[in-house]
Amino acid sequence: MTTFLWVIVPYVCLAVFVVGHVWRYRYDKFGWTTRSSQLYESRLLRIGSPLFHLGMLGVVMGHVIGLVIPQVWTNALGLSPHAYHVIALAGGIPAGIAAVVGLAILVYRRRTTGPVFRATTVNDKVMYAVLGTVVVLGMWNTVAGSLLQFGGEYNYREGVSVWFRSIFTLQPEPALMAEAPLGFRLHALLAFLLFAMWPFTRLVHVFSAPLGYLTRPYLVYRSKDARPGRGTGNRAPQRGWDKPELTRK
Amino acid sequence: MRVMAQMAMVMNLDKCIGCHTCSVTCKQAWTNRAGTEYVWFNNVETRPGLGYPRGYENQDEWQGGWVMKGGRLRLRAGGRLKKLATIFSNPKMPSIQDYYEPWTYDYETLLNAPAQKTFPVARPHSLISGKPINVSWSANWDDDLGGSREHAVKDPMLKGIEDKVRMEFEKTFMFYLPRICEHCLNPSCAASCPSGAIYKREEDGIVLVDQDRCRGWRMCITGCPYKKVYFNHKTGKAEKCTFCYPRIEVGIPTVCSETCVGRLRYIGLVLYDADKVLEAATTEDDHDLYEAQLGVFLDPEDPEVRREAERAGIPADWVEAARRSPVKKLILDYRVALPLHPEYRTMPMVWYIPPLSPVVDVVKDTGHDAEDVDNLFGAIDTLRIPVEYLANLFTAGDVAPVDGVLRKLAAMRSYMRDINLGRDPRDEIPAAVGMEGEAMYEMFRLLALAKYSERYVIPPAHAEQAHALEELATECSVSAYGGGQQDVFGEGSGAAPTPVAVENFRVLQQTQSADSLEQLPGDNPLRGRVNLLTWDGRGMPDGLFPSDREAGR
Repeated sequence: MTTFLWVIVPYVCLAVFVVGHVWRYRYDKFGWTTRSSQLYESRLLRIGSPLFHLGMLGVVMGHVIGLVIPQVWTNALGLSPHAYHVIALAGGIPAGIAAVVGLAILVYRRRTTGPVFRATTVNDKVMYAVLGTVVVLGMWNTVAGSLLQFGGEYNYREGVSVWFRSIFTLQPEPALMAEAPLGFRLHALLAFLLFAMWPFTRLVHVFSAPLGYLTRPYLVYRSKDARPGRGTGNRAPQRGWDKPELTRK
Repeated sequence: MRVMAQMAMVMNLDKCIGCHTCSVTCKQAWTNRAGTEYVWFNNVETRPGLGYPRGYENQDEWQGGWVMKGGRLRLRAGGRLKKLATIFSNPKMPSIQDYYEPWTYDYETLLNAPAQKTFPVARPHSLISGKPINVSWSANWDDDLGGSREHAVKDPMLKGIEDKVRMEFEKTFMFYLPRICEHCLNPSCAASCPSGAIYKREEDGIVLVDQDRCRGWRMCITGCPYKKVYFNHKTGKAEKCTFCYPRIEVGIPTVCSETCVGRLRYIGLVLYDADKVLEAATTEDDHDLYEAQLGVFLDPEDPEVRREAERAGIPADWVEAARRSPVKKLILDYRVALPLHPEYRTMPMVWYIPPLSPVVDVVKDTGHDAEDVDNLFGAIDTLRIPVEYLANLFTAGDVAPVDGVLRKLAAMRSYMRDINLGRDPRDEIPAAVGMEGEAMYEMFRLLALAKYSERYVIPPAHAEQAHALEELATECSVSAYGGGQQDVFGEGSGAAPTPVAVENFRVLQQTQSADSLEQLPGDNPLRGRVNLLTWDGRGMPDGLFPSDREAGR
């Protein structure tokens, strides 16, 4: 069971994550967007969306630091585990709160604004459920585990982080996770599930961060598309050409 | 000098009767889909009026286009860094309410309603929320000055002349303004796109959105000062007028032009110097922008320009088309067409001949001869309101160019009346507006009588580039199409349709080499079926008449 949960599941999920993205990029560039609902509702989005996204950026950076940088490195810099812990919480708690509050606003908006709810697919709902659970579990681990220390002290940098790195060095150490508190185990497991869902949900928009905008010239000139079958002429109707349909509520 | 060709349009506003045929045919062709219900690539606005979306010209509010800041040209809504910093929610995006909430009618109740005393009613339902709505705004709600006391007074272009405009219905003037995407030389939508999905085609300057590269950041919608990029709320991608490029490529005009009842649209090429675009767009004074934009165009009669065009790879027949271009004549030779809102500094490529009709109407209503050149000149000089309003639309508020155009149109009206009545043409009339009688007559012909082939001078996409056009299929072998026609339910049914050109090729080859139709191979579409397009008249093909066996049954 330990091997299944902490070796097989992570590798399968990561494989799906990578292959899924390649597949989606090759076959569904047209669907590669997060289908903004700003046209329907702007007021709540203007608060919730930046709050959530900037919070998540902080959270992701925190995870990179906490999971990727080994404890011995920070020790070598003369940073005691306790000092590191304080810094991590000082950065992590505000970012986490921003993400949770932002997500709450966005989910509230999505549920209560009629047109936005109508534009929400089953795929979206499942994804929000998993994402929300992962975020809440993460906050729980930080607040209850690290801050208030329910159920004793647990240093994830000697457990979860080492296991996480071991996956990528292809020498997995599942035993480390088996010992971790339940909150951390659930958080890690659901996070990998989220990675597996990633390429098939609107989360793909994370990988279209338009950094090229900073360096490209303002105006783009392109020659006519010369690939065969890509010009004019007869071909099957493409996506986005559906007839409007009235579904009454 | 870097010569580029641009497909451009001119609309003669005097001829627009506001019938919305262009809008409707465009919508049927391009935006009759889910997610684009509110999208009008072409719309016709009554001016003075709010336009579509409501008050889009108020750039203090919508932040579209370019501005000069510190001697440099910048996006009004903010440059690259600001765009990326605010990418999680566009700070200046119109909501669906600024357009209108699209609706349909609940036609089903008309069929399903039980027997009752009163007729059932098909109620309007929102296509956004699915709920019944009270329709209170649409793309042309203020058509023909409807509700003008409430709406038209809010027209952003009345700014500065409000006190002179009297909005009482009977004293006001109006005209129609059909609008499509401007296919600008300096498009701010393309500059605003973080993904680089909006591009300008090198061959003909048409501005397009690459649907595979668009990631739905919505910055183009803010960036376009004409609000002619729309957000497809179903696919989450930006869409805009394509200048009907699949039609243009084969040499036929856009749908809006083809179906225009008043025949007021002209399509043709202009040549311009791409190196001068930025310089012209950075002209400091708004009033100099019209002249600056004229300075960007190149004269295809100039041998130097033709040499450079050849070097730039522009085919000779395109240069020839640029010489015959009606757009070039109206913009450069006669100087009667003006750009819409040059002050946005996007260098728009759909130009307008401002309407003389508000002036003519006033002269006529006061009982004077509305075809007398002096009366018209006098009226243009005294009727400041229409002229100033037109200047706000077409020349950033500079009255002089609008004055010039209106005087030319007035002179033409007068000059042609003499000719039509069999009187001697008075050459002092064209001379008063700096034109020769000959040129004025030619201008009249182009504006009033020009035939289809003179109004639309569109060189088709070039033979060397033809492999890009699917129908010619020169990059696909014929066999690649296989036997597309599965003869199950008749012609055109079954699996992949065979392109017409390929079918003709194969069928003709087989029928020409066969002695009788019965000898044709089994996959020949002519066997057992009649295609009169490819029937060469020999013999009686199967299927032309019922067979004996069927007849005897």
